[in-house]
Amino acid sequence: MIDTLSTYLGYDFVRNALMAGSLAALLGAVVGYFVIIRNVAFAAHALSHIGFAGAAAAALLGLYPLQGMLLFTIGAGAFMGISGDKLNRSDMAIGMVLSLSLGLGALFLSFYRGYAGEAQAILFGDILGVSFGQVVEMAVLSVLCFAGLAFFARRLLFASVQPDLAEARGLSLAGLAVAFMVILAIAVSLASQVVGVLLTFALVIAPAGIALRLCRTFWSGMIVSILLGLVVVWAGILLACLTDRPPTFWITALFFVLYLAVEGYVRFFTRADR
Amino acid sequence: MTAALQISDLTISLGGNAILSGVNATIDEGEFIGVFGPNGAGKTTLVRCIIGTLPPTRGSIEVLGLPPGKSARQIGYMPQGHAGFDSTALSARALVEAACYGDQWGIPWTSKKSKQEVDRVLEVTDASHYAERPFSVLSGGERQRVILAQALLGDPRILVLDEPLASLDPKNQALLIECVARVKRLTQTTVLFVAHDMNPLMHVMDRVLYLAGGHGALGKVDDVVTSASLSKLYGFEIEVVRLENRVFVVSAEGNVTESECFHHDHD
Ligand SMILES: Nc1ncnc2c1ncn2[C@@H]1O[C@H](COP(=O)(O)OP(=O)(O)OP(=O)(O)O)[C@@H](O)[C@H]1O
Ligand SMILES: [Mg+2]
Repeated sequence: MIDTLSTYLGYDFVRNALMAGSLAALLGAVVGYFVIIRNVAFAAHALSHIGFAGAAAAALLGLYPLQGMLLFTIGAGAFMGISGDKLNRSDMAIGMVLSLSLGLGALFLSFYRGYAGEAQAILFGDILGVSFGQVVEMAVLSVLCFAGLAFFARRLLFASVQPDLAEARGLSLAGLAVAFMVILAIAVSLASQVVGVLLTFALVIAPAGIALRLCRTFWSGMIVSILLGLVVVWAGILLACLTDRPPTFWITALFFVLYLAVEGYVRFFTRADR
Repeated sequence: MTAALQISDLTISLGGNAILSGVNATIDEGEFIGVFGPNGAGKTTLVRCIIGTLPPTRGSIEVLGLPPGKSARQIGYMPQGHAGFDSTALSARALVEAACYGDQWGIPWTSKKSKQEVDRVLEVTDASHYAERPFSVLSGGERQRVILAQALLGDPRILVLDEPLASLDPKNQALLIECVARVKRLTQTTVLFVAHDMNPLMHVMDRVLYLAGGHGALGKVDDVVTSASLSKLYGFEIEVVRLENRVFVVSAEGNVTESECFHHDHD
């Protein structure tokens, strides 16, 4: 097995996959942390579906799928940020946009040949098909996002934890929301490169969600979230190589098992001191 | 000396309805003001105007001599009701740390200075001994004290508390009031304390601001909370009953309007 693994690690496509996966996992874990404490998981999920429409429209516009996806998600993210929490937490509004996006995606895809293959790649991810050029693109985008977050993370955290007090202390909730949603849009688009738009939940929500069930401080939660994201993505890609089954399956399955384990642990073992 | 709060001819309309009209009040620094009035009287509306998140329709508010919003750093605010955090294990201390120096840029490191500040506010609110526990497992009274701790960060000169006593039992009400009174005593902070029952606050309040019928009356309890003055405010007959140092505001039909048993009459 070790031999097989080292053979695979010699292949460019596996190395590219590991790099792309790491970038998406890292950004997803950090951004996802704020998604959970801001309570906008469903909005994040919808963003990825809007990304599907974007990726499908990209071919029609003569763009790469990632470019189309970024265009649509950043636009939608900024709009969500401006329209405020009421909309971002409205299940009905988000659900309607989400389904419209999938419908639009289906419409755009119907315009070109190779319909099924393209749809499959966008919806379920094609991490083993990522080129080195795409990895570089993803790295640039990740650096931009981290730079942005490093700039205003403190304010974002305050506004996420206690918005009313933050507003009273002079923070602009709308400004922070827009900035955050744009970064979220990029994170979601990167995650879709790995697991596909339908499953970005796995990379953007799952690690932080699990970490926040366990960790009592900001930094411990953040670090656990990052570690979970990275380890699961690496394991998923390597298991995919060994078993010849899609990495998307392994990544989501590993997160699910982790989730069950953590829920079980929280329910049965931490009751006493709670 | 500038007043802590100068409200002149304040009118606020929301959705076409005048919620408050022509409210005047001058509150001095270091005063403890109880703010009362029935549901929908505009207490929260007034509070939002003071903290600068709602612009007045007419008239003006000055906070420490500045327009609201310009004095943001001087204000500690405790909103009515608050977000859950029920699905996270974040500790009470983590939530207070997140709010500490939260108006600065950069990465949320917890510096020595901010750790000391967090310790201080948790101490003042008597929350240190449970601060490491997840916020989600705390009782209502414990949670309120954590939210109060957040409002106390940075030693604000004005403390605006919107119904901090809601859903607390008498013992926890007394605990929270004692915390606020202690802060006021130690730092000469001006306090605006919104509540429904004035009895537990009687011994700490300097004056009351009573809102009803879109108008406001500011003064000593004995001057404002009288049958004559409240009837004028409400626009219908109100009776104030005193019972062994306790005050009950009763409408003429005999329904208790504002009292300890928390029964509100809208009609
Ligand atoms: N955006 C709005 N549009 C129209 N009316 C509004 C709006 N916001 C609040 N109101 C109305 O303003 C009135 C005052 O509301 P406010 O929240 O200030 O009352 P309150 O005194 O704090 O009551 P409570 O004791 O229930 O907290 C209410 O009748 C409410 O329906
Ligand atoms: Mg209110």
